[in-house]
Amino acid sequence: MMATSETERDGLVVRDASVRFGTTSAVDHVHLALRSGDVLAVLGPSGCGKSTLLRAIAGLEVLDSGSVVFDGQDLAGVPTYRRGFALMFQDGQLFTHQSVAGNVGYALRLQGIGRSRLRRRVRELLELVGLPGYEDRRPATLSGGEQQRVALARSLAAEPRLLLLDEPLSALDRSLRERLANDLRRILTETKTTTLLVTHDHDEAFTVADRMAVMRAGQLVQDGPTVEVWRNPADADVARFLGYATVLTGPAAIRLLSLSGGRRSAGPDPAQPQVNTPDAGTSEGLQVAVRRSAVRVDPAGELGGVVESVSAARDTMRITVEVEGLGALAGVAGLDERFETGQRVRLTVDPAGLAVLPPR
Amino acid sequence: MGLALVPVVFLAIFFVLPVAGMVGRGLQSDGAWDLGGIGEVLGRGRTLRILWFTLWMALAGTAFTTVLGLPVAYTLYRLSLPGRRLLRALVVMPFVLPTVVVGVAFRTLLAAGGPLGFLGLDGSWAAILAALVFFNLAVVVRTVGGVWEGLDPRAEESAAALGASPWRVFRTVTLPALTPAITSAATIVFLFCSTAFGVVLTLGGLRYGTIETEIYILTTQFLDLRAAAVLSIVQLLAVVAILFVAGAARTHRERAMPRTSLLSGLRRPHRGDLTALALTGLVLVFVALPLVTLVARSLQVGDGWGLANYRNLGTTGSGDALVVPVWTALDNSWRTAVDATLIAVVLGLIVSIIVSRRARSAWGRRVIATMDGVFMVPLGISAVTVGFGFLITLNRPPLDLRTSAVLVPIAQAMVALPLVVRTLVPVLRSIDDRLRQAAAALGASPLRAVLTVDVPIVWRPLLAATGFAFAVSLGEFGATSFLARPDRPTLPVVIYGLISRPGAENFGMALAASVILSAVTVALMGLVERLRVGSMGSF
Repeated sequence: MMATSETERDGLVVRDASVRFGTTSAVDHVHLALRSGDVLAVLGPSGCGKSTLLRAIAGLEVLDSGSVVFDGQDLAGVPTYRRGFALMFQDGQLFTHQSVAGNVGYALRLQGIGRSRLRRRVRELLELVGLPGYEDRRPATLSGGEQQRVALARSLAAEPRLLLLDEPLSALDRSLRERLANDLRRILTETKTTTLLVTHDHDEAFTVADRMAVMRAGQLVQDGPTVEVWRNPADADVARFLGYATVLTGPAAIRLLSLSGGRRSAGPDPAQPQVNTPDAGTSEGLQVAVRRSAVRVDPAGELGGVVESVSAARDTMRITVEVEGLGALAGVAGLDERFETGQRVRLTVDPAGLAVLPPR
Repeated sequence: MGLALVPVVFLAIFFVLPVAGMVGRGLQSDGAWDLGGIGEVLGRGRTLRILWFTLWMALAGTAFTTVLGLPVAYTLYRLSLPGRRLLRALVVMPFVLPTVVVGVAFRTLLAAGGPLGFLGLDGSWAAILAALVFFNLAVVVRTVGGVWEGLDPRAEESAAALGASPWRVFRTVTLPALTPAITSAATIVFLFCSTAFGVVLTLGGLRYGTIETEIYILTTQFLDLRAAAVLSIVQLLAVVAILFVAGAARTHRERAMPRTSLLSGLRRPHRGDLTALALTGLVLVFVALPLVTLVARSLQVGDGWGLANYRNLGTTGSGDALVVPVWTALDNSWRTAVDATLIAVVLGLIVSIIVSRRARSAWGRRVIATMDGVFMVPLGISAVTVGFGFLITLNRPPLDLRTSAVLVPIAQAMVALPLVVRTLVPVLRSIDDRLRQAAAALGASPLRAVLTVDVPIVWRPLLAATGFAFAVSLGEFGATSFLARPDRPTLPVVIYGLISRPGAENFGMALAASVILSAVTVALMGLVERLRVGSMGSF
């Protein structure tokens, strides 16, 4: 988890960082590393300290302990404006009295770039974020999504060594958020911008980031490549936060594992550890997290139970089934199927949607 | 934070020191503290009468001002009336009028031969009360109106949609939202009413006095410094208590008021607004009447009309009532006000920047809140105490300024400083700190970040505060009357000099001078009003 090896001397390294407000620790001894060119998402529920961590990296909060190092240089005492980073807020924070071009070209003007180069660069950036021809607009006349795109262009203009994004898409509505998340991923990859993104939305983290770090109550509980974190959550809370609908414990967990084939399939990631059915002796603290999408209604399924509740979601029916010997299990069914509470159904479980949690 | 020392040191030398000196002088005899005098002074029948009169006059003034101010605030800030900007400016005008001018205007209005002479109110407490209401309406209208204008109409609309009658909507939704603003405005009005000096002195004569005029009379006529000091202490304690209440109401408001800028709360008047419209009309007449009378009477010469009163401004009055001609006094006023404004704006800007910062630690927040409160105190403390305190404390080396011309602008700056701070702080607080952080993250140095973020937003309010401070300095009377050297009087001092001398010619000149002084301040405020700064003159 700690990245202090020689290969990570370039990029960002946060060592043992703590920020305290009065008696509460907003950031509590956090270690973090981000290689040049990578996109890291710091994920956590609101109030977990992730924004404070971001602000500390930007130099807007003073560390009570630890250090922030970039490309081998300790940044203690380096003020925000000399760090060569860029920071983008949830609500853009555009300079309302300047035009879109004025905002985007802000950092370039600070660097003293000539007029014609500046204009060309602003045009390129606006094209990159999908707003060609917006130079003369006023920020107040833009929609929320457009404002965020301008804010992104403004942040990218300086070609920052590190781009810090604080909940960049959270203020937008869902369909826009999904579209913009894809755009954001494309733009960051195209520009090869080293990025640290803070979000509470795991879908956003998936779409945009290569790596993921999960924070809880000021502490970093897990980090790694997004797919790996997603497949192997460190504990039940992380699993629930990452969208696992059910966490089974002890005998129920063992029963589910044995019924669904005893071991999970290898999946696309060959590095996956294989999980064998544990014997009864070690079952005490065993936990298995189950994705809703892994549990499907299937007449030929290996589990049987009674429907507890049904509701329609966007592209599936969501169903909760009380399974004998397991307890309640959340699953899905086709939109065209009809269920009533109390009805008996059979379920099948896709091992790829299971995660065995490390013993506590 | 080293910057913070400048205004603090200034306040210490030119406010705390004089007030302490004045108090100390009164309570020490032969170098030893003598506190027995406090009880004796407070036990005097005359003192009790003065305290009682001050208290109930201030209470009545506050009540009338608030009750009359609310419908006006509603009409001028909530209804889309033609010419509402002009009407707003008219209502605010009295606040910047020199107190002496207000006094003169009301005397002219109520005098035996005046338009309202038949009421027989000349020299009565009712005249003082009316003048106090006239003077302070602006505070209520601006403070409450500003908040009312920014209220999100959707809260009221949802209440109405739930079946609430208009009165119930007002009582359950609007009024609670306005309460902090009303409390804040009412406490400030109470403060102004209880410390009014020029108005009471010109209208009350020797029959009616408040703490403030009593301190003046005790120091200048009876030379009873001990009694004056005791009254100053009473006033200081009361002012601090009042400001504490006002400050609490204000922080509550700044925290609790999510304003909308997208939706306009203005709507067309309908039949239910008739009462408010009628009351507003009456108030506007009430505000205009003394001013119109003042101008008309200044043009009256004997039984006819003419400009003789204005021509006489080049003289020193009949029986040489003045040391210098009125025009010279105007010139003095102008120069003094320029210096005073410069001091007030520079210090006010520093104080505002510090006070509007958000501190991280509880300790830092307390320091900022204290500083915010301390710089409001000059607003309420007796200008007489400050003025006289200057004379007795700044009279020996290293600060021998008694004969220096800098004392007057400094005293005026003390009076204008709180108004500058109150105009700038809400604006600075409304700037999202993350804007500055965004600039810093993009590579802007702290100075550059301020230039990018603060300056474009603040220059307008700063200009407005400058004009405001200038108008207030021009009209300042309490402290100036003590400190101005006889050969360098300011215009308000000259006006008071003219009305305290006998002779119709002198009174005519006082009227003409009042018109000139009002014209200057009103023109100034007209320009400032064009900048459309909502926080100006609101508390």
